[in-house]
Amino acid sequence: MAEEVKLMKGNEAIARAAIRYGADGYFGYPITPQSEVLETLMAEMPWKTTGMVVLQAESEVAAINMVYGGASTGKRVMTSSSSPGVSLKQEGISYLAGAELPCLIVNVMRGGPGLGTIQPSQADYFQTVKGGGHGDYRLIALAPSSVQEMADFVGLGFELAFKYRNPAIILADGIIGQMMEKVILPPFHPRQTEEEIREQCPWAAQGKPASRERNVVTSLELDPAKMEENNIRFQKKYKLIEENEVRYEEYQCEDAEYLLVAFGSSARICQKVVENARAEGLKLGLLRPITLWPFPSAAISRYVGQVKGILSVELNAGQMVEDVRLAVECKVKVEHFGRLGGIVFTPDEVLQALKDKFLRS
Amino acid sequence: MELKDIIKPENLVYDKPRLMNDNPMHYCPGCSHGVVHKLIAEVVEEMGMEDKTIGISPVGCAVFAYNYIDIDWIEAAHGRAPAIATAVKRLNPSKMVFTYQGDGDLAAIGTAETIHAANRGENIVIIFINNAIYGMTGGQMAPTTLEGMVTSTCPYGRDVTINGYPLKISNLLAQLEGTCLVTRQSVQNPAAVRKAKKALRLAFENSMNKKGTSVVEFVSTCASGWKMSPEKANKWMEENMFPFYPLGDLKNV
Repeated sequence: MAEEVKLMKGNEAIARAAIRYGADGYFGYPITPQSEVLETLMAEMPWKTTGMVVLQAESEVAAINMVYGGASTGKRVMTSSSSPGVSLKQEGISYLAGAELPCLIVNVMRGGPGLGTIQPSQADYFQTVKGGGHGDYRLIALAPSSVQEMADFVGLGFELAFKYRNPAIILADGIIGQMMEKVILPPFHPRQTEEEIREQCPWAAQGKPASRERNVVTSLELDPAKMEENNIRFQKKYKLIEENEVRYEEYQCEDAEYLLVAFGSSARICQKVVENARAEGLKLGLLRPITLWPFPSAAISRYVGQVKGILSVELNAGQMVEDVRLAVECKVKVEHFGRLGGIVFTPDEVLQALKDKFLRS
Repeated sequence: MELKDIIKPENLVYDKPRLMNDNPMHYCPGCSHGVVHKLIAEVVEEMGMEDKTIGISPVGCAVFAYNYIDIDWIEAAHGRAPAIATAVKRLNPSKMVFTYQGDGDLAAIGTAETIHAANRGENIVIIFINNAIYGMTGGQMAPTTLEGMVTSTCPYGRDVTINGYPLKISNLLAQLEGTCLVTRQSVQNPAAVRKAKKALRLAFENSMNKKGTSVVEFVSTCASGWKMSPEKANKWMEENMFPFYPLGDLKNV
């Protein structure tokens, strides 16, 4: 089947895109505000059409380990959850990174800490890009700001995960997950055949033929010298990803005197802020990181000398702002504006914050 | 003249399974793991499933099971092997999938994964080594440690008023609709080894016949953890473990 244009929620787009991008398996556990991912997949019954396995696990811990199992056999597998559930997955995520397994994780963020709230938030930025689990590892982190990107990043996430043998994560939030928009769904891609998997994932545990050594998928290495070697290999891979996979979008930045940096739903709101500011004669631009890791540091640093100030606008207490400051090495004043605990800012609030922080003095 | 020239096929009465490689085992003398490993290798080989078998190794002494049996392996996080096996089998239904877990892995940290995989009736084999102690970390109390048994974290003996009771998790698993075989075996003498091998074979066959989850518990020794000679450990197991964990089928349908 070819492309299709539909109106749907972001969560539904994730589910439908997964089937169309040839996912082999989805393993999840219900949690608001992302339960529609599992619900849509169950309603669609892809096991009858593409052969995709969909399973409701007993916990987020089990779900991420099912992902670990599926990925170990070279299959395209994914899970989705929301903040408290993603905290539970951190053990598995560290193991996935340590065993260099490709997979896709979706976090439709809600306000925290703890059980927090079910309203949208971006407070899991640190967890996503600075670790979350134990050890020196990185996740390829994609931040969608539309329902279209929810669908597109399923394909992109799998592509990058397999290209680099590394887990990828879609970091969305309750707004993107719940809002309905027009979306162009991709045409159906067939699932990988056993032969294709054998060719593309020679490391996968698929049963050992006499023709090769046994494959062992593990993150364990007791010899510290070898473990250091493994870590050096990971770091080389991360450097390669940093060099090749940075993605971002600029909006009215050419003549900007002030710059907003925002991702996901915040970036959608900030588009309006830019328009409102320009209507008042204030030359404002917006840089939207699409990959949160690798972070578009070089792109942001180019505004040193051009802009008088940068405002990092996030639905949290100030997380990405640290990376923005590092990007410009404090050569430009960088401030943060956010709302917390599930409250979403209005364009007026953001513009007022910009004026308060940069134009009052 | 080489060994194979001396030992003619007609004279051969016993051979190491081909799937057991020559890596020196890290297991202590008297430990049950080595024998159970050998039985798995024999059964997989005799079934002709060498190229279709995927093992999931645990965290615990058997974490390095993948070093000894020449099949594809996945090393699990502590307790999570049944969840991993679930996905491996569902995504690869033609493969033969088993987990190999100790008592801490299966009956403490992985209780939820164990019970739910079994309750879903996943077509996998769960091999459960119950030696009533944490061997790998140096002899701490396990969920299956017997009442009064001394370990490094219950140095005055397991006190049920503090630590609760030893957990008969196989009895629990036998209650679940999803299990088709739950059996308790041991490998301390040749008769027990022969019996255990039959149980293992049945378990693996069940998994390929889509009968549901098979659990083979091995009541085992940990001579080092129990601070006994291998010989004494076997005797102690028979006298103390078997009365509480009686051998035999708890369920076989």
